[in-house]
Amino acid sequence: MTPLKLAPAAPASRILGIGGYRPRRVVDNAEICTLIDSSDEWIRTRSGIRERRWASPDETIQMMSMEAARKALARADVQPGQIDTVIVSTVTHLYQTPAIATTIASELGAKGAAAFDISAACAGFCYGTAMADSFIRTGASKHVLIIGVERLSDLTNRRDRSTAFLFADGAGAAVIGPSETPGIGPVVWGSDGDQAPLIEQSEPWDQAMDASADGDAHWPVLRMDGNPVFKWAAYTMSKTAAEAMDAAGITPDQLDVFAPHQANMRITDAMFRALKLPERVVVARDIAFQGNTSAASIPLALEALLTSGEASSGQTCLIIGFGAGLVYAGQVIVLP
Amino acid sequence: MATTEEIRADLAEIVNEVAGVPADDVQLDKSFADDLDVDSLSMVEIIYAAEEKFSVSIPDEEAKNLKTVGDAVAYIERAAS
Repeated sequence: MTPLKLAPAAPASRILGIGGYRPRRVVDNAEICTLIDSSDEWIRTRSGIRERRWASPDETIQMMSMEAARKALARADVQPGQIDTVIVSTVTHLYQTPAIATTIASELGAKGAAAFDISAACAGFCYGTAMADSFIRTGASKHVLIIGVERLSDLTNRRDRSTAFLFADGAGAAVIGPSETPGIGPVVWGSDGDQAPLIEQSEPWDQAMDASADGDAHWPVLRMDGNPVFKWAAYTMSKTAAEAMDAAGITPDQLDVFAPHQANMRITDAMFRALKLPERVVVARDIAFQGNTSAASIPLALEALLTSGEASSGQTCLIIGFGAGLVYAGQVIVLP
Repeated sequence: MATTEEIRADLAEIVNEVAGVPADDVQLDKSFADDLDVDSLSMVEIIYAAEEKFSVSIPDEEAKNLKTVGDAVAYIERAAS
């Protein structure tokens, strides 16, 4: 048998550029408190959120993705035509098919790129980053665009005291390309379907449609059992984060930045303590102004740290995403 | 075997670390929520820290019945014995 030829592959990959899009409309806690019986103080102490952004009708999944992707490409100094793979992580693109990744690739000018969506909720950016790294190191891809984008406000019950203040909208993108030295550490990832009911869509679309036909017109929403999720995220995920550092051969002393999924400031604080990170480690706290944007939260937080100068190119950064599924993924990256 | 007072004192230290409540205020008759102003997320952290500290398991369905410091100390005493 003639042995099959393998694609020429890069020795390693790294993130070349990151971009984000934050919807125009700022929704502060006072506005949230017109929808639910709560207070600014209650929301801040339970979540660390001061304000969030909710997308307007024209700020579609496509539009927000395009804005974030163009910024990431410009910062990476990569042309759209060089992108051969587009991965979009979203749970709020309301078409079952086609994937939004194809129209994003087309509008961007990444003609003919492999393009598909993934459903890994708040872990989506880390799942996508792991896939991009593997694709580049096997020669399947050369330059990958990964986008985390959500309009969670479309699936939020605005009268639910436990989630109305939490979920928000936005997009974050990263361009990942070949590198001589590793810029993306080994991923530590997994899932726990036994706990799927902890965060889920309230019902499938067909049930909502049947109920609506019977006069109970409504729309599915996201619901969450907060306390068990908090415990899982704060403690089980801290262990995953520690494993990701181990896998990359990085000790807490060698870590510069910690950018977990922006789920809740209290989770970030608990993880920081459990991981025993040194005080000098820069911690992403974008949630204060952005809310929980699921797959978009990590790239948005990284963009904020890089543009403010709190973090800089070449630094080591631990990222970890966790959410509905339950799914999780963490890795150490080198900042672009 | 730790005494009730030793467990209370260790628990008080945890409550202090997690929620910033002065350890001396953490007495057996105090309610976590009403007297000590411990919110539900802090309670999750306290339960977790207590499980580690006392090497006991406190399932979620039991944890929500621990209203006072005395409830928690009694549960830990039973679970550890």
